Amino acid sequence: MTNADTHVGTAAETPGPSGATAQEARLPYRIEIKDLNIYYGDFLAVEKVNLAIEQRSVMAFIGPSGCGKSTVLRTLDRMHEVTPGARVEGQVLLDGQDIYAPNVDPVLVRRTIGMVFQRPNPFPTMSIYENVVAGLKLQKDGRHRGRAMDDIVEQSLRGANLWEEVKDRLSKPGAGLSGGQQQRLCIARAIAIQPEVLLMDEPASALDSISTLAIEDLIRELKSQYTIIIVTHNMQQAHRIADNTAFFNLAGVGQPGHLIESGPTHVMFNNPKNQQTIDYIQGRFG
Amino acid sequence: MGDATNDPRVPEGTVVLTASGAGGPGGPTAGTLDVDPDRLTGRRLPRYAAWVCLAVTVAVGVLVRITGITIIGLADWVVALAASFIGYTAWTLVVEGRRHAVDRLATTAIYAAAAAALVPLFWILITLVVKGFSVLSWDFLTSTMRNVNPRAEGGGVAHAIVGTLEQVAIAAVISVPVGILTAVYLVEYGRGRLAKAISFFVDVMTGIPSIVAGMFIYTFWILTLGFPTSGLAAGLALSILMVPVVIRATEEILKIVPNELREGALALGVPKYKVILRIVLPTAISGIITGVMLAVARVTGETAPLLLTTFLAQDMNGNPFSGNQASLPVFIWDQIQRGTTASLDRAWGGALVLIIIVMIFYAGARVLAAIYAPKKV
Ligand SMILES: Nc1ncnc2c1ncn2[C@@H]1O[C@H](COP(=O)(O)OP(=O)(O)O)[C@@H](O)[C@H]1O
Ligand SMILES: [Mg+2]
Repeated sequence: MTNADTHVGTAAETPGPSGATAQEARLPYRIEIKDLNIYYGDFLAVEKVNLAIEQRSVMAFIGPSGCGKSTVLRTLDRMHEVTPGARVEGQVLLDGQDIYAPNVDPVLVRRTIGMVFQRPNPFPTMSIYENVVAGLKLQKDGRHRGRAMDDIVEQSLRGANLWEEVKDRLSKPGAGLSGGQQQRLCIARAIAIQPEVLLMDEPASALDSISTLAIEDLIRELKSQYTIIIVTHNMQQAHRIADNTAFFNLAGVGQPGHLIESGPTHVMFNNPKNQQTIDYIQGRFG
Repeated sequence: MGDATNDPRVPEGTVVLTASGAGGPGGPTAGTLDVDPDRLTGRRLPRYAAWVCLAVTVAVGVLVRITGITIIGLADWVVALAASFIGYTAWTLVVEGRRHAVDRLATTAIYAAAAAALVPLFWILITLVVKGFSVLSWDFLTSTMRNVNPRAEGGGVAHAIVGTLEQVAIAAVISVPVGILTAVYLVEYGRGRLAKAISFFVDVMTGIPSIVAGMFIYTFWILTLGFPTSGLAAGLALSILMVPVVIRATEEILKIVPNELREGALALGVPKYKVILRIVLPTAISGIITGVMLAVARVTGETAPLLLTTFLAQDMNGNPFSGNQASLPVFIWDQIQRGTTASLDRAWGGALVLIIIVMIFYAGARVLAAIYAPKKV
């Protein structure tokens, strides 16, 4: 199992012959997960994850439900510890710096690594405008004001492909939008704080197929600026948008989840090495 | 499968649905469905059945009352109601069958229970309005009992209104911050032993009889610390009763604020205290206001603790920090025990004023709650 875990890493250390992929692969890693064990209280939910994620790429986490995809994702911006009793062992390096080092402030980590949740969760007391700037406004310093804010709102909403739909009703409540629009509002809210990495936990699973395609287009665009990690239960979706894919699995209920295999998406889908990956991918496609 | 339209077993007028498929290209029939046209319908009681039963009930009641024949000495209307209850169910059983009979029985029982609960409520309200309204006047609202013979006519509740408002305001000023902060601690931070202990004591406090709260302030504040009886002492006693109510109400509301909102804000790099102040509390504020107002309404009618802490006064005392103060509940108690027609009238008037004040609190809470509720459009 573990030999496959660092697939991406291996590829990067020994650049392949084909020019383009080698160029991309040589970009430094944004995130490296090292020997990460993740617990809920005494329950070891995910064991020994080793994974590296390239800059400006889309990494998809796939696997059966309960295998720990969301759990791993939430450790990457220190949201895991928000759950009472939850803790981790091991390291998560962001640009080489361990975000679990003792002197790291989780609040600052979360300002650098944004997150979009499975169910759209706009703040119900706030207008569309206020929702977009919520992160900036509620962060302590409050350095942005007035016109600067207006610009950030427009940029973020354009970035989330929502501007045209809401520009005339920015002062209306965010909760009045449709599900797909709410989710794009949450993406706008996440990119308004200008994070470097964007985590998305099944961002389209609560949406209809048109909204899903809109979100997928958006992810492809955002890739040019952000490192994106997306959990999806939809393998076609992973196929469509992800540069790299990581497959998680668990041996049974109550057992910890493991990272089984990871690598470039086309390899994972066409030439997986591990039998579990083959079974999972064939089971879903065939 | 034969041609359904010629099938002698299919009754006249039966809808025959056909689907093409196995019948080959263009073939009209493949699977056919024999449909019993009555399969969705059953016999029902006529619409007016309930009214018939009601009419019969009234008739039987009147009959029993006139003839004086009753069964085992039960009151006439009880007999009439029971008879129609049974009759209605039996009628349904015969016409509609068992399932509908059970349904009707349960429905009728539920309506009867709701009516039984509402009757005393309306009775009290109507009595209060009828008896209190004749006393209510501008004079009654603006004069005190100063220099009024408490057994004779005249006087009013102005001093009691002022006292009640001040005492309740003191109780609220103490209880609302303490209660909301405790609830925030319990829901947002509380883990482990301390939270369990606090939660336990809140439960205990909820069960404290109001006279005991009064006794505590009386012995501690007045006897031990030597402060005078005052509206403040009354407010302190009331706040002992109010704090646990505010805590529990706020706690319930905070618990239903979706965790997704907290996580959404935390994930934006918002510090936790700001998540609570700017996301959780604003989302919950409308429910918190309602809870606080209910707590206020609950202590507004308390009598026992006031007797021990500020007793009563016949004159206006606008200063809650010194001297006895009147209050509406104690005013009512005082007037009732004087026992004359005039004093009883004043008691009813005071009771009506008390209810009106509580209603105003409640209406105010509803308005504020509506204003602060999260909006969709
Ligand atoms: N808040 C929690 N408390 C305890 N166990 C949890 C919690 N959330 C998830 N788990 C457990 O962790 C494991 C992985 O869950 P999760 O990461 O949600 O899986 P996935 O997202 O892949 O469906 C499961 O066994 C699940 O029961
Ligand atoms: Mg999940």
